[in-house]
Amino acid sequence: MAPILRAEKLNKTFGAVVAADDINVIINEGEVIGVIGANGAGKTTFVNMVTGYLTPTSGRLFFYDRDITGFDPKHATDLGICRSFQIPQLFATATTFENLMIAMGVAEGGAMPFWRPLATADRMGRCEDVLRRYQILEYRDQYAQTLPQGVRKLLDIAMASVHAPKLLMLDEPTSGVTAAEKFAIMDIVIAALKEQNVTTLFVEHDMEIVSRYATRVLAFYDGRIITDAPPEEALRDEHVRQYVIGDVLHTAAAAGE
Amino acid sequence: MSPTVQTVLLYVIAPLALVAGVFLPDWAVFLGIVSLAKGLVVLGLMLLWRTGLVSFGQGLFYGAGAYTVGILPLYVPISDALLLVLVSAIGAGILAFFLGFLLRRYREIFFAMLCMAFSMIFYGVLVKSESLGSTDGFNVVQTSYLGYVPADPQELQRILYVMTALIAWLSCLFVDRYLTSTMGSLTRAIRDNELRVEYLGFSARVAVHFKFVVAAVLAGAGGALAAIAIGHVDPEMVWWIQSGEFVFVTVLSGVGNVLAPLIGSIVFEILRTFAVEYAPQAWQFVVGGCLLAVIMFLPGGLWSLIERSREGEHGADPTR
Repeated sequence: MAPILRAEKLNKTFGAVVAADDINVIINEGEVIGVIGANGAGKTTFVNMVTGYLTPTSGRLFFYDRDITGFDPKHATDLGICRSFQIPQLFATATTFENLMIAMGVAEGGAMPFWRPLATADRMGRCEDVLRRYQILEYRDQYAQTLPQGVRKLLDIAMASVHAPKLLMLDEPTSGVTAAEKFAIMDIVIAALKEQNVTTLFVEHDMEIVSRYATRVLAFYDGRIITDAPPEEALRDEHVRQYVIGDVLHTAAAAGE
Repeated sequence: MSPTVQTVLLYVIAPLALVAGVFLPDWAVFLGIVSLAKGLVVLGLMLLWRTGLVSFGQGLFYGAGAYTVGILPLYVPISDALLLVLVSAIGAGILAFFLGFLLRRYREIFFAMLCMAFSMIFYGVLVKSESLGSTDGFNVVQTSYLGYVPADPQELQRILYVMTALIAWLSCLFVDRYLTSTMGSLTRAIRDNELRVEYLGFSARVAVHFKFVVAAVLAGAGGALAAIAIGHVDPEMVWWIQSGEFVFVTVLSGVGNVLAPLIGSIVFEILRTFAVEYAPQAWQFVVGGCLLAVIMFLPGGLWSLIERSREGEHGADPTR
């Protein structure tokens, strides 16, 4: 598996707060990486730096050996690094269909974008195919601001996926949805992304989700990666149990009682 | 409103209504020219409005277009009205292109005020330029129409009306086409969620810049047509009150359709003409009262009356 993303000595500080502390990691093509960590551990900061929302204070980022440090979101997206958001970023006054059509229109580009019609029959058909693949076709004509949270999450990911990403970063794809919906959402997303052969990184708090879908786990604590291992090994790791899952602390507290 | 009705309105009813204007009395034809010329400026504002931007400085491009018509024939042997309008529109577009590199970085009140600041700088330059008539302005030379110079002033006005109506209609067709394009679809998208637009791989700043230039081209053309019709240019065309009037008409019109700015502009000019005629001491109260009534009862502007009549209770989407 060839490396798709390489982070070297990545740091990010906000004044005195260190949000990312010497992150060194290589992500390979085809991997499905679960990123875990407590709130404030640096997970989203890492995603934000890779996708161009934040510029690292120091360190380098390489995408297929191309230095992308400091790239803005548009350029990162153009290269094939796409993302979804913890709070789905949709066009609230547009319908589900319109949201995805806009995403597809922009992704497909072409000459004279100010003249070429967005709604071609071919694109509309493919748009419906994507909605079907993500199982949200029944919400086709519903405004985004009125969609249930699970559907909003799926639409957000679908919009990111139509850009034919090489690396897709999902920031808490199942947060804010019911426990019953979580696995259904992940099943849909992972199946759709496998079809596209996309290297995927998802930030997640639910360890069941991580152990079921990830092929590798990066555990963050205090801005650093404390564990980088396959899920079964990572979730047994003492540091992960202490700082991320909280098992050790709970066990100790129980023993103290 | 269904796409079929919109198509009929834009391609059949609008051109018929515009052609019918030729047969109106002389005073109404003049009013029609000025209304449509200003309607072009409002059409550009509509584009910005849909993007979530308000410009309180569109008088800059309106005035730039007007002064181009006044100044250009003094130095270059050009007197053809169509050519002058074309050059004025392009000139305003070039001006907006350069200003846009700064303005596209700003949103909301900062964008609005910066636009106003640029227009007031231009106003200051004009007021201080004695060679351009200072606050009095100066008269525009007689224009020709594809080489033809009508001797009869009424005939001249009707030819100018036809040209203005044609330019206004073609501009509406262009903007309508633009709004259905990929880049046009980003109009509402940028207003809703600029971050998402960036993460779709399109620069929101570039999209805003493009809309700003298009709005300026339309304002430049409008200013040129108004200058030809009035036969005079002065710094008041650039003043912030003129820019405010364009915003006023945008609110009055609504932004639900490309024809709304033309309708709103015609209604506004008629309203003002009659208000000045019948209440010369209180016409601002009448005009202001009408705007208040529109905001309270028709938040989607006058256009929502047409949409409501087609769609019943639900009416216009005021968010557009």
